[in-house]
Amino acid sequence: MLMLACPWCGERPEGEFICLGEAVRPRPLDPSALGDAEWAAYVSDRRNIRGRHDERWWHVRGCNTIFTIGRDTVTHQVFAGTQDEAAP
Amino acid sequence: MIGPDPEAMQRYSFFSLARNALSQHEGWQRAWRSPPLKPDYDVVIVGAGGHGLSTAYHLAKEHGVSNVAVIEKGWLGGGNTARNTHTIRSNYLRDVSIRFHDVSVKLYEQLSRELNYNILFSQRSMIDLIQSWGKMRDLRRRSLAMALHGPAYQLITVDELKRRIPAMGDLSDVRLPPLGGMLHPEGAMARHDAVAWSYARAADARGVEIHQHTEVTGFTFAANGAVTGVETNRGVVRAGKVALATAGNTSHVIAKAGLNLPLVTRNLQAFVSEPVKPIIDVIVNCPDVGLYVMQSDKGELVIGGGTDPIPSYRQGCHFATFEDVVASLVELFPRFRNLKMLRQWGGAIEFAYDASPIISATDIPGLHVSTGWYGGFKSIPVGGLTYAHLIATGQPHPLAGSFGLDRFRGLRFLLEAGTVAQR
Ligand SMILES: Cc1cc2nc3c(=O)[nH]c(=O)nc-3n(C[C@H](O)[C@H](O)[C@H](O)COP(=O)(O)OP(=O)(O)OC[C@H]3O[C@@H](n4cnc5c(N)ncnc54)[C@H](O)[C@@H]3O)c2cc1C
Ligand SMILES: [Zn+2]
Repeated sequence: MLMLACPWCGERPEGEFICLGEAVRPRPLDPSALGDAEWAAYVSDRRNIRGRHDERWWHVRGCNTIFTIGRDTVTHQVFAGTQDEAAP
Repeated sequence: MIGPDPEAMQRYSFFSLARNALSQHEGWQRAWRSPPLKPDYDVVIVGAGGHGLSTAYHLAKEHGVSNVAVIEKGWLGGGNTARNTHTIRSNYLRDVSIRFHDVSVKLYEQLSRELNYNILFSQRSMIDLIQSWGKMRDLRRRSLAMALHGPAYQLITVDELKRRIPAMGDLSDVRLPPLGGMLHPEGAMARHDAVAWSYARAADARGVEIHQHTEVTGFTFAANGAVTGVETNRGVVRAGKVALATAGNTSHVIAKAGLNLPLVTRNLQAFVSEPVKPIIDVIVNCPDVGLYVMQSDKGELVIGGGTDPIPSYRQGCHFATFEDVVASLVELFPRFRNLKMLRQWGGAIEFAYDASPIISATDIPGLHVSTGWYGGFKSIPVGGLTYAHLIATGQPHPLAGSFGLDRFRGLRFLLEAGTVAQR
């Protein structure tokens, strides 16, 4: 069982959260300027890192906050996230 | 150079068994060779799981391409092919998926004979238990889609469910009482190791080389960007074409070529109970609660559920998922409450963005991928057939034309999601 640190509620058990997957790049500010390949890459490509990556979690059975943490996808060890949540 | 002769392969039969018994079983040939690694091949396949080996077999058999090396970091058939719960079925939703998997089931039906190897194919049928009206609508839609293509998927009543699965308990007590079921008579199972071994032996007999304990760590490229070979822990191996069949690790491997794919890797686990007398003779799948169960020839119950809901390469047991699956099991089958679980394990499987397979060329000339096999044991025969066709001819096989990476650029997704615990 993972214990996750919600920025509002503190450490809570995994079952209260839904994992929203890899923290993807911010949505492009001007999608119409992109070609099909770039748009497809934004929509569906993932880095799918074997090792440490950033991912989003939603405290759905708690305070409803969505936040980013770091986690190793092999050991499942959790770290502080490195992504800037304020970016678009 | 004249390659090995498939006719020279030692045939397995009742007579060869009897003959070898007389000589204390010391006269059996090795099932495949362990030749030295050559500096170059026409095709290098990365990953000796079912898909890599079936692809090698079809390259040699249908396309006469036998200067092929299958390179495997561990041992042959030791990845997801060794870890899966061997269910074979064709009850998909999209036309292309149904046709593709229907061909795979038919190839499986003939495989023991085709490869002269008993894969213990057992077409015992699969029943999807329906416990919500949403799932009822979903599966009836699937049944109508399948009616267009051949494989059967028929609605059955609760009484018929009880008749076919007498091991179930008193259904009036369960939280979500079953509303009916879907019967898929083509549903089958086969011995997973035997599938890998039979393809390995048949490919080897046609000249394909299998190199175990050889890990691909990178690629080499020509000035024009085309791939020219692979870097391994045993040195560089040059290749006219490189074909990945690396299951859960495809993103990790292809990142060395600078590519990102629409894939997520997750852990899927399974477990088996102590062996008991025959009690279930069909494959029971419960998509509403995320559980499936069948009984192996050894008498063990083979049990699985959904994937862990997080990206993971862990190949282990996530307790929260285990608990969910077991809770669903003992609710529908209270008599299994006292069974001891003997083994549990996990495998790292990949999902494409739309949950359909990817059999495709890539942006790098000469580099091919076959991936997205989160339930791809059933697809090993047709996956190899179609991937070999793409590698040899440069054109997608007619059965797999929709499975290219270009579908993501055109947003032509082949959504096959919503099949929890159906693999
Ligand atoms: C618990 C579980 C249950 C499942 N149940 C079913 C089921 O009931 N029905 C079904 O149809 N499917 C099922 N599956 C899915 C099925 O196991 C896979 O889709 C299928 O085995 C994939 O075959 P493969 O050849 O692609 O992969 P694998 O057998 O995993 O082969 C890939 C190989 O690539 C090798 N490799 C990786 N990286 C490298 C590298 N860098 N260099 C060299 N070699 C490398 C690996 O060591 C591995 O041997 C299940 C999977 C799991 C984990
Ligand atoms: Zn919270």
